[in-house]
Amino acid sequence: MDIIIAEKVNKKFKLKQGQNINNNGVASNQIEVLNGFDLKIKKGEFLVLVGPSGSGKSVFLDLVGGLSTPTGGVVYLDDKPVEAPSSKTAYVFQQYALFPWRTALSNIEFGLESRGVLKEERVKIARELLSLFGLSDFEDRFPYQLSGGMQQRVAIARALATKPEVLLMDEPFAALDAQTREILQNELIRIWEGTETTVIFVTHSIDEAVFLADRVAVVTARPGRIKEIIEIDLPRPRNGELRSSNEFAANRHKVWGALKTEVNKAQQDWKLAPQFSE
Amino acid sequence: MRKLTVFQKSNTAKKEKILNLLLGSSVITLFLVSWELLFQFKVVNPLFISAPSRVVLAEITIIKDGSLLTNLSVSAKEFLLGYAAAIIIGFPFGIMLGWFKLIRGSFGPFIAALQATPRIALMPLFIIWFGLGITSKIVVVLMSAIFPLIVNLRVAMTTIDSDLIHVARAYGASRWQIFRSIAFPTSLPFLMTGLRLAAGRGLLGVIVAEVFGGAEGIGYMIQYAGSTFQTDKVFAGVLVVAVTGITLDFTLDRLGRYFDRWRGEVAVH
Repeated sequence: MDIIIAEKVNKKFKLKQGQNINNNGVASNQIEVLNGFDLKIKKGEFLVLVGPSGSGKSVFLDLVGGLSTPTGGVVYLDDKPVEAPSSKTAYVFQQYALFPWRTALSNIEFGLESRGVLKEERVKIARELLSLFGLSDFEDRFPYQLSGGMQQRVAIARALATKPEVLLMDEPFAALDAQTREILQNELIRIWEGTETTVIFVTHSIDEAVFLADRVAVVTARPGRIKEIIEIDLPRPRNGELRSSNEFAANRHKVWGALKTEVNKAQQDWKLAPQFSE
Repeated sequence: MRKLTVFQKSNTAKKEKILNLLLGSSVITLFLVSWELLFQFKVVNPLFISAPSRVVLAEITIIKDGSLLTNLSVSAKEFLLGYAAAIIIGFPFGIMLGWFKLIRGSFGPFIAALQATPRIALMPLFIIWFGLGITSKIVVVLMSAIFPLIVNLRVAMTTIDSDLIHVARAYGASRWQIFRSIAFPTSLPFLMTGLRLAAGRGLLGVIVAEVFGGAEGIGYMIQYAGSTFQTDKVFAGVLVVAVTGITLDFTLDRLGRYFDRWRGEVAVH
């Protein structure tokens, strides 16, 4: 069963006044980020989006999350078009975006607060999640007192606290160092394998994509659409040792094969349009 | 690890603080001693310059005869009422000014013009409108204290982290929830800075307004003592104002640090 269906999704952005972009020799003040983006996401799967910078992966997450609406086409969540943020989705951002004046515990409570969950229940759920991430001793810490990895654990816990059907993760580990990143991937996969949550995960790291995903969707250079979907045939439950296996390397090779030409295209595009930046 | 470094930092900061305190107080002591000596050796005319010992005596006199208490309570009343009014009006207004583009566009220039007008120059008008009693002084305090609050809260709203708004929206928070859970906490440190600046301005306002025209209050007491050549009493009044100002500022600073503790620089201060 498909929980999310994107049909012929198109998204254009107006550039700021005075900026324009060169589209095959035609100057335009609009930038087309997604065009003809079709994707079906199965309930409970871990889908990873990879693609060159500027190919609209994050924009697609915003559309699913209801933070932005498509210029054309429809995104369905549980057969209903997404028009506004839904309580079925939760979001994890690259820059953690924790509330600096809230403690770890209180940050995790946030999503539940906006849904009107009572204090006692909120604290109970938040404590469970802290312990799941091994952060029980840090519940009274403010974000500045936590390392980057801990902050992102809190941000993921904040998302999981709402028991989302769909978890949207926008390069959540990109700002972390390589070791912490692997540890968090392991933790995420361990925790996710115990849930029925559908995850849409955006990354630039092919290793990360292969390690986490059931399927990797490769997005083309801008304007983005799905180029190819690669089934990752690695067994679950997965753990860190998988990374050094031959099967892992074979899957990695498949993904890179599909991605390579798009990255090259995107590089050319950047040369043509130096005035555009994300 | 982190705890340890913070501890060490605050230890050196403590040493530095003690050193600064020693240096600062020795300069003040030196000043007071030289002043006293100039008086004791009759280098200066006490009628004009007074001396620390004479100021202390004058202070005791005004405490004993009750004139300090009477005047102080009048000034305090004027200050507190004006200050409270400034908070009640300035806090929501500053926030709205920062939060709503339309309000900023329409009231921004008017506020800027009012802010640039020296309030004390309007004192004759305030006296005509509100009389020589405490109302005109309250208005001066209000007009002096309100702008630091408006300006600080307006700036606070522009510093709101857009990532946090993004998060709140993604979790389906309503506009009111976004305001309460993001705008309000962001504004608190700015509010505290605004309150400190406003207290200083308000205190200045009340004294100047009383010097300008009135029949009671510390400012009036200073003005009257000055025009009758009681320099000791002038200094005694000024001392009271200074001590009040320092106490107020210190208290608000402490309160501000409490609201700022999530920023993590508190231990290093």
